[in-house]
Amino acid sequence: MTELTSLLYPISVFVLAILVGFEVISKVPATLHTPLMSGANSIHGIVLVGGMFIAASAHDPLAYTIAFVAMVFGAANVVGGYVVTDRMLQMFRKKPVAPKAGTEGATGASRGQGSRP
Amino acid sequence: MSYDNVYPFVYLAWLAGAACFVLGLHYMNSPATARNGNRLSAAGMTLAVGATAVLLLVQGIDGLAWAVIVIGFLIGGAAGLATARTVPMTAMPQLVSVFNAVGGGAAALVAIDDFLAHGEGGGASVSTTLFVVLGVVIGSVTFSGSLIASGKLQGVISGKPIIFPGSRILTIVLGLVALFGTFGLVFSATGTVVLDPLVADVVLLAIIGAALVFGVTMVLPIGGADMPVVISLLNAFTGTAAAMAGFVLDNPVLIISGALVGASGGILTKLMADAMNRSIMNIMVGGFGGGDHATAAAGGAAAGTVRAIGADDAAIQLAYAQLVIIVPGYGLAVAQAQHACRELGELLEERGVTVEYAIHPVAGRMPGHMNVLLAEANVPYPMLKEMEEVNPDFDRADVVLVVGANDVTNPAARRPGNPVSGMPILDVDHAKSIIVIKRSMGRGYAGIDNELYANPKTGMLFADAKDGLAQLTSAVKAL
Repeated sequence: MTELTSLLYPISVFVLAILVGFEVISKVPATLHTPLMSGANSIHGIVLVGGMFIAASAHDPLAYTIAFVAMVFGAANVVGGYVVTDRMLQMFRKKPVAPKAGTEGATGASRGQGSRP
Repeated sequence: MSYDNVYPFVYLAWLAGAACFVLGLHYMNSPATARNGNRLSAAGMTLAVGATAVLLLVQGIDGLAWAVIVIGFLIGGAAGLATARTVPMTAMPQLVSVFNAVGGGAAALVAIDDFLAHGEGGGASVSTTLFVVLGVVIGSVTFSGSLIASGKLQGVISGKPIIFPGSRILTIVLGLVALFGTFGLVFSATGTVVLDPLVADVVLLAIIGAALVFGVTMVLPIGGADMPVVISLLNAFTGTAAAMAGFVLDNPVLIISGALVGASGGILTKLMADAMNRSIMNIMVGGFGGGDHATAAAGGAAAGTVRAIGADDAAIQLAYAQLVIIVPGYGLAVAQAQHACRELGELLEERGVTVEYAIHPVAGRMPGHMNVLLAEANVPYPMLKEMEEVNPDFDRADVVLVVGANDVTNPAARRPGNPVSGMPILDVDHAKSIIVIKRSMGRGYAGIDNELYANPKTGMLFADAKDGLAQLTSAVKAL
């Protein structure tokens, strides 16, 4: 019974966090679903913390190996996830910018040609 | 400073990190704030990892452990950074799948390690054992399943559903192995059964093996068109696996983060499945797109009555229209034609044509994929319309330009009795005129002919997406 009691607290945290997740994420527009998923992906890279703990408690070669692989996986997940999400999000703009100036010039020129005859 | 003095502060730092994750996700509700949201989330991650490092420093772990942590982090981080910087946006679904795989794999490894550590120390409690096994199972299924999904998306493994004789029986057997293994270990923890530590290790190994193979047999029979659902589901799994690792280590930030990701993956799975009007169960059982009935139903209904159109005629229609709606699909992404598409759109806008982009929820190979591709091509996001928003507009559209989209425009979806029945579609056939850029009369993932192509209002411009758009652009310029 005491064991079950000690579980109540983490389970409450888990359930409430799921509800917060539903509440926050259901407001994300479809336009941003890919960055949302890759952003959420980076968040589960938090298992990196778990990797650090198992490295700290390792005593034999097997445990060190497991911890090492977990660290590599977790770090790739965290770093790659945040960088690629940022790369995507910086592309979302309200108005077209820089490259448009070039195409405008080009189309302007072609229009000029068109009106000449 | 002792461990006990530092721990409460580290705990608070973890909590702050988790709060940053929640707020970061909250800022994702608008493209204007999303980038800052992601940065806040990254800051939270740095805080949580940094606090853990401080805790380990105070605890005083040995040099080898630090080497494992630092070198592992540097190698993984460098690999992640290099991939994230160079990956083309069309390959995002594969990359997200790989991140799912490594995240799930890391969670499984954490759980496995905990089990082994307890095995030496004389057995773990019942609840720990249960969470360990759950973490191992979910993490392993995610790991192998995501790798298969990634291979399918990359084209290394056929995108068609792969079903081999006895696959269903194999799946059931694997499930039973995992289930009985779990019971065995849990009963051993309660003391009902006495397992030799070596036997317990073998049982765990059997569970890991069964879960890994299960991940493979789960994803193999799922067709390429269902990939948005599969990726979302595996994303939810990874989150859950991370939460299980959090229960095992009794760490709040892992539990909260895992729950958030689980919720996010769950919502996206539901949205994607709804957009295909299919249940998640139906998708997991698989078989979409390769069935006999699909090929039989096709039977040349559309062939022969298709009208081809030249780039010049198409350009005249587009240039003198009031409202043009562009429907981009995965074919556009494959041909890397998003820039050519934006160029044509801008050209038309300069001529006073109103241009909108109609994005089906499952356009592309993961949720929201097409929006990212068009954003990359510098299309302003207010022009990107979601299905419900744009469908009424088709009635007043003069021309709809379909580029590389197929099944999501098939009016056959409104009738029962075919593979796309009930799938929500873009009402392209409501427009006054339709131009389809397509290489050939080949079929989409559903494996049936698109009735839209046989519509008298439809003109087919047979060309590669990029090539066809370039032809149209130069033809419009020449007008």
